[in-house]
Amino acid sequence: MVSLIVNGESRKLDIEPSTPLLWALRDALALTGTKYGCGIALCGACTVLVEGQPARACVTPVSSVAGKRITTIEGLSRTGGHAVQRAWVAEDVPQCGFCQSGQILSAVALLERNPDPTDADINAAMSVVLCRCGTYQRIRRAIRVAAADKAAAERS
Amino acid sequence: MSNRMEVSRRTFLQASLAAGGGLLLGFELGPAAHAEAASAASDTGFEPNAWLSIADDGTVTVRVASSEMGQGVMTAIPMLVAEELDANWKHVRAEFAPVDPAYTNPRLRSQATGGSTAVRGFWTSVREAGAAAREMLLAAAAQTWAVDVGECRTDAGKVVHTASGRSLEYGALVATAAVQPLPELLFLKDPTEFTLVGQSLPRLDTPAKTDGSAVFGQDVRLPGMLTATVLRCPVFGGKLRRFDAQAAKRIAGVREVLQISSGIAVVADGFWPANLGRDALSVEWDEGPGAELDDDIIRNQFRGAVTGGRVVRNDGDAEAMLAAAADALKAVYEVPFLAHACMEPMNATADVRKDGCDIWAPTQGQTATQQTAMKLTGLPAEKVRVHTTFLGGGFGRRSEVDFIADAVEISIAVGRPVKVIWTREDDIQHDFYRPATYNELAAVLGKNGLPQAWIHRIAGPSILARRFPDRVRDAADFTNIEGAANIPYAIPNVRVSYAMVNPGVPVGFWRSVGSSQNAFITECFLDELAAAAGKDPVEYRRALLVGHPRHENVLELAARKSGWGSPLPPGRYRGIAVAESFASFVAQVAEVSVDAQQGIRVHRVVCAVDCGVTVNPGIIEAQMESGIVYGLTAALKGQITIDRGRVRQSNFNDYPMLTIAEMPSVEVHILPSREDPGGVGEPGTPPIAPAVANAVFAATGRPVRRLPVRL
Repeated sequence: MVSLIVNGESRKLDIEPSTPLLWALRDALALTGTKYGCGIALCGACTVLVEGQPARACVTPVSSVAGKRITTIEGLSRTGGHAVQRAWVAEDVPQCGFCQSGQILSAVALLERNPDPTDADINAAMSVVLCRCGTYQRIRRAIRVAAADKAAAERS
Repeated sequence: MSNRMEVSRRTFLQASLAAGGGLLLGFELGPAAHAEAASAASDTGFEPNAWLSIADDGTVTVRVASSEMGQGVMTAIPMLVAEELDANWKHVRAEFAPVDPAYTNPRLRSQATGGSTAVRGFWTSVREAGAAAREMLLAAAAQTWAVDVGECRTDAGKVVHTASGRSLEYGALVATAAVQPLPELLFLKDPTEFTLVGQSLPRLDTPAKTDGSAVFGQDVRLPGMLTATVLRCPVFGGKLRRFDAQAAKRIAGVREVLQISSGIAVVADGFWPANLGRDALSVEWDEGPGAELDDDIIRNQFRGAVTGGRVVRNDGDAEAMLAAAADALKAVYEVPFLAHACMEPMNATADVRKDGCDIWAPTQGQTATQQTAMKLTGLPAEKVRVHTTFLGGGFGRRSEVDFIADAVEISIAVGRPVKVIWTREDDIQHDFYRPATYNELAAVLGKNGLPQAWIHRIAGPSILARRFPDRVRDAADFTNIEGAANIPYAIPNVRVSYAMVNPGVPVGFWRSVGSSQNAFITECFLDELAAAAGKDPVEYRRALLVGHPRHENVLELAARKSGWGSPLPPGRYRGIAVAESFASFVAQVAEVSVDAQQGIRVHRVVCAVDCGVTVNPGIIEAQMESGIVYGLTAALKGQITIDRGRVRQSNFNDYPMLTIAEMPSVEVHILPSREDPGGVGEPGTPPIAPAVANAVFAATGRPVRRLPVRL
């Protein structure tokens, strides 16, 4: 039995402790917004937040995050209204959309620790999430929009 | 209405009143689609089983026959319907159509998505569906108000009686509209009358793709469903000799291990136990003669065959000019096999029962999926339903049916719904690859420096020989010669030949297909000729593009917007390329720096596109960016190599993708056009490799004749 705190809810799972968090989320908890892309932490499609930090769920044994707060795309906001999600909609970022959960959660973590990232900061933080459709340019724009949006919200 | 195009009523247009009181309009559907529609019917609505339906709350639902793999078809097709319907865009929804002959893409003769044909294929029919609905709504309102229909007009989701100013929302008219006779004539708008088409409307699928709710094939969940992985022979053409599943079956969660056509399936409660079970299999393969194959053997096969190809274009007498020339220019160009590497690895879910079969799949081929399941189950078409999910990338890979067959075979064997998930390694090592080719080029320049003779001999494997053998004509596969046989340049003597060599590596359609390599080969060789003639690459093309205004216009636009000829920061160089593919014309200028330590960096790409009438400029821009990134990954990194009959690469460590840090700034300029729509999903890809390679040539003085580009 492994206890997880996923999107604010305590969940107990009867699961092999070495199972990657990715498959606990997808197969046991039906949270399919977190994607399988490579299985070896190279593509970032499985990115979730563990205590606010981006983590590759495909190589994170579920036992290693027992008791820690895990945020998936489904838990980022109730109605898709997080500043980063709004920016993603405003810039019409997704194409096929498969990598976008990982992109969005990585951008959320970036803006949490660095509210005004430079291009270099964006490159460094986001290069671990691959997009085969080439939405990178719009991702950059959306991150800037979200940063400006958050800055404006804090000023007011 | 005077400038509207009149089209005759089509016999396949039908209207009917549905159960809940809505207007249903569309092509006649076959039984399988009706069965699906019936199961999806809700109490307040009606059977959503046509191109278009309107609910009594005014919601317009457009059924999209093409697959959404990122190219924006789920927005573009609804825009076309809504344009002629005069719908309120805020009320428009999209959903995936079921499999049915009614949804056949006329350009593909199949319900399928590929060849950048979605808008081109449905350009007329879905607008007619919208226009017919609009006529009936007009008639319904006229009847309601007891006025002449000529006194009424439509405006953003309502009918207005011009004289009195009265108006009725479409939703309020659906019951009356559904009993109106079909219009005898349909009027399609002239493009100058478009109000939605031509606007960068936001994509309809964006919200679902930012909150995790979009369902991809990988995300399908069914009651009682099991998950399977399949272990395949690493060698192409190899067979299973024997296997031992004892250890695999001991793993908690593993239910069954069984042999299917493609290998050994491990069926489990979820992906992870299935994957552990697969790792625990002990297998002996009969690798067969394919185990001898490697890159050198393939290359030698190509070289041995290249001069004996079938001639596919022969203007003048290029060979005689070459034989007579003392100073012909010659070069060998080579491109590697490439994997598609969709972000979502292959997968499919099948539920095969005695009474029918349901398939949920991220597929580019609904008809092919249905036919595959029919063959394997023995069920008739009306018993095989296909539920298309979102596709996590397609690029041609998902026009294949190998992953569909896996799911169907396993579901038959275990008698339950089964989702088969390929690992990334499976996806890279068991693809249908972009053909590798070997090319001999030769040219003779005239006194003015312009080519008088052009010879291009291609050798490589044929996609059609496997996929559509009946479309191979006289040993020529048009996919191998597109972008080569149709070079637009005014050269009096042109000879292009193709030698089919199928060494045993499976090949398939890869974004932009033949143009993906031929644009590189022809546009780079052209730059070699320009350099030999001492001419500027843009001037050289300009001189040769006589009678090809659409090529020339994109060339000029890209050159102008990129500042062609103006000074660059030290260490930066430009390269240009132009290519026509899928009825669209694209020119790109790449700004590149070359450094022994840092390698090749692409800083900026200026892209000019003429794709005819523009449906959604925002999506066109995105697709140009997308095609550029896809082609740039291939140009700078992509290479599948073969050793001992197997693919050496396996995951993103050895088959790397372009990252955001390597993403150039991309500027897209769309030429206004009233030509028929061209393709958009693929044409952005062909020019980028030659644009970058030509910039590297400008930087180093050494032509780039192989991909990926290496210094």
